[in-house]
Amino acid sequence: MSTPPDLLYTEEEEALRSAVRDLLTDHCRAAEVLARAETDTPHDLALWRRLAGTMGLAGLLVPEDRGGAGATHREAAVVLEELGRAVAPVPYLSSAVVATEALLACGDDELLGRLASGRAIGVLAVGLHLAPGDPFPRVRHADGTLHGELTGIADAAVADVLLVPADDGGLYAVEAGEATVNGQVSLDLTRPVATVRLDGAPARRVGAAGPAVRRALRAAAGLLASEQLGIADWTLTETVRYLKERKQFNRPLGGFQALKHRLARLWLEVVSLRAAARSAADALARGRDGEDGRDADVAVAVAQAYAAPVAVHAAEEALQLHGGIGMTWEHPVHLYLKRAKADSIAYGTAGAHHQALAGLVDLQAP
Amino acid sequence: MTDSPLDAAGLRRRTRRFLAEHPPGSTDRLDFLRARFDAGLAWVHYPEGLGGLGAPRSLQAVVDDELQAANAPDNDPRRIGIGLGMAAPTILRYGTEEQKRRYLRPLWTGEELWCQLFSEPGAGSDLAALGTRAERDGDDWVVDGQKVWTSSAHLARWAILIARTDPDVPKHRGITYFICDMTDPGVEVRPLRQITGEAEFNEVFLTGVRIPDSRRLGEVGDGWRVAQTTLMNERVSIGGTALPREGGMIGKVAQTWRERPDLRTHDLHQRLLRLWVEAEVVRLTGERLRQQLAAGQPGPEGSAMKLAFARLNQEISGLEVELRGAEGLLYDDWTMRRPERVDFTGRDAGYRYLRAKGNSIEGGTSEILLNIVAERVLGLPPEPRTDKDVAWKDLAR
Repeated sequence: MSTPPDLLYTEEEEALRSAVRDLLTDHCRAAEVLARAETDTPHDLALWRRLAGTMGLAGLLVPEDRGGAGATHREAAVVLEELGRAVAPVPYLSSAVVATEALLACGDDELLGRLASGRAIGVLAVGLHLAPGDPFPRVRHADGTLHGELTGIADAAVADVLLVPADDGGLYAVEAGEATVNGQVSLDLTRPVATVRLDGAPARRVGAAGPAVRRALRAAAGLLASEQLGIADWTLTETVRYLKERKQFNRPLGGFQALKHRLARLWLEVVSLRAAARSAADALARGRDGEDGRDADVAVAVAQAYAAPVAVHAAEEALQLHGGIGMTWEHPVHLYLKRAKADSIAYGTAGAHHQALAGLVDLQAP
Repeated sequence: MTDSPLDAAGLRRRTRRFLAEHPPGSTDRLDFLRARFDAGLAWVHYPEGLGGLGAPRSLQAVVDDELQAANAPDNDPRRIGIGLGMAAPTILRYGTEEQKRRYLRPLWTGEELWCQLFSEPGAGSDLAALGTRAERDGDDWVVDGQKVWTSSAHLARWAILIARTDPDVPKHRGITYFICDMTDPGVEVRPLRQITGEAEFNEVFLTGVRIPDSRRLGEVGDGWRVAQTTLMNERVSIGGTALPREGGMIGKVAQTWRERPDLRTHDLHQRLLRLWVEAEVVRLTGERLRQQLAAGQPGPEGSAMKLAFARLNQEISGLEVELRGAEGLLYDDWTMRRPERVDFTGRDAGYRYLRAKGNSIEGGTSEILLNIVAERVLGLPPEPRTDKDVAWKDLAR
């Protein structure tokens, strides 16, 4: 805690936000996301190409001398806030954060460059539910090939390259065409999970799995808080807007004190989440240089322990306060609820992060 | 003491020159404070001649750093918080020149303590419904009524007072703001004992108290507007300084947890970790608010921070009583006393638990603050106002 975290947004970060929001306003409308969710291709790869290719956002975390944009977790967090607000079905967190962080811990700059430029989508083949530091399943390695099955892998359906931990302690790159990827019917329609089956798939070792996976999951957990902030922000804003319009008993529903108080409490949770999410993003940005590693661990665990219940609460309140319309397939609020609930498991539950904190801040269990 | 420009470097030079002329080590405390006021170094954003230099408020830190480095005495701001935080800004904004010259200097030096006569038994959240009457009699006003929740009333020389001067108009329009001499005949102060056993506050009975018209602040009937300045400053004063991690109530229970492994249970562990996270997030939210203020982009979070603090303090102190198990059945001392200042994190867990109950009532109840957030931040429709156009005397009571 040497210097306090910078919890604000810079002008550049606000400009980035506007650019992403404009793009999503034009190319990621709720009705389209919903229609796409029931097709064979729930991911929107055209949108991904605009974000990753045209806008160059896939390489934010990668230094310029390794083929990236040389930005930090602070900027990536702003992108994730906006993607969360739109429940955008793109593999940004999976590829531009998780797989990218794993590769940053390894030495394969060729593959890193492909991901950073958006030419390839990378996916770390580790279950979405795992927390930083959790043990993770590994497949069998034999003579340069991999054998085994992994489940619950987010966005694997659109991966070009899979990063797979193996039983020899290595992390291996496998071209997706060499693996059998089967989408699982997923709670979250906009970030579906899949099984990955490897039957002698040719694989190239890119580094050691342990540190790469740990680093990737820590960044994922920290930046997921910004996505959750986006979800909470959208659901609150939309609910307030709706309750000003919707009239029952000859007055706007938003004038009833019981509902006003619920929304005011929710607003307080959302502004608190903003501070927690900025703290995690800022700590990760500093931790990249090896300083304050422990501070980043604490900031990430705090943000993730706080974010998951807030995002779920915001989405649940949005549904309830929309009344019957909120229960329909047609209204987009369920997309946010499903994302929020899945996010509450992703990269460790609030409970898992509480347990991590017990060790980090010396509040030991009985 | 002039010619240094009003930037940070100039103020630093000015402060050092002042310190050279009034060495703290060999100057009487009160003389030092009076001289500091007269040199314009009391509150630099106040006008010249009234303890300030008309400088930006942010530059006060420069002066304070220099004075602190020189081990200079301060005016014990926590002891005189009501004067500094509420009376002074109101006098500055609405007082006559004569009033400003009379009251601000001894207020700032702490020679004269102030208290606030606002709340009444019949006017809590609905403060504008207050019924203490002030009737004109020649050059005086004659005041009759009862005020409550007045801290420092038994020590104060002066009070800021709002009273009803016109019962025939709607409640907000018939109020006038006064400065009341607490030593005048007809002012009776009684301690108000609270659930902690002690009496931080008082009831104040006003019976035929004569206040000269020269002690009126603002126009007759304009007291509600004047009071807004006072109340706005009350809420601004919350969350002024950056807390370190575990800086508040959570630090106490975390310390107990670490020192007493024998008290730990799994259930308490889960609840403690959850509250630790919430306390850290509230701390970060306050830190973010301060950064916004420093960057000149004040956010609406300020009005809501008190909501968060109140709930957290209550939950954390409640957990700590439970954590203490058999010791939680005990209480340190029920003796009635009148503490000069309040420390929410002071004494033992039982006291903290009981005192924290007031956090969601004092300075605006959590229910009223939620209304304020809903209406002013979220733009939701206001509560129905059936009393807006009704004369005060015709209101239901």
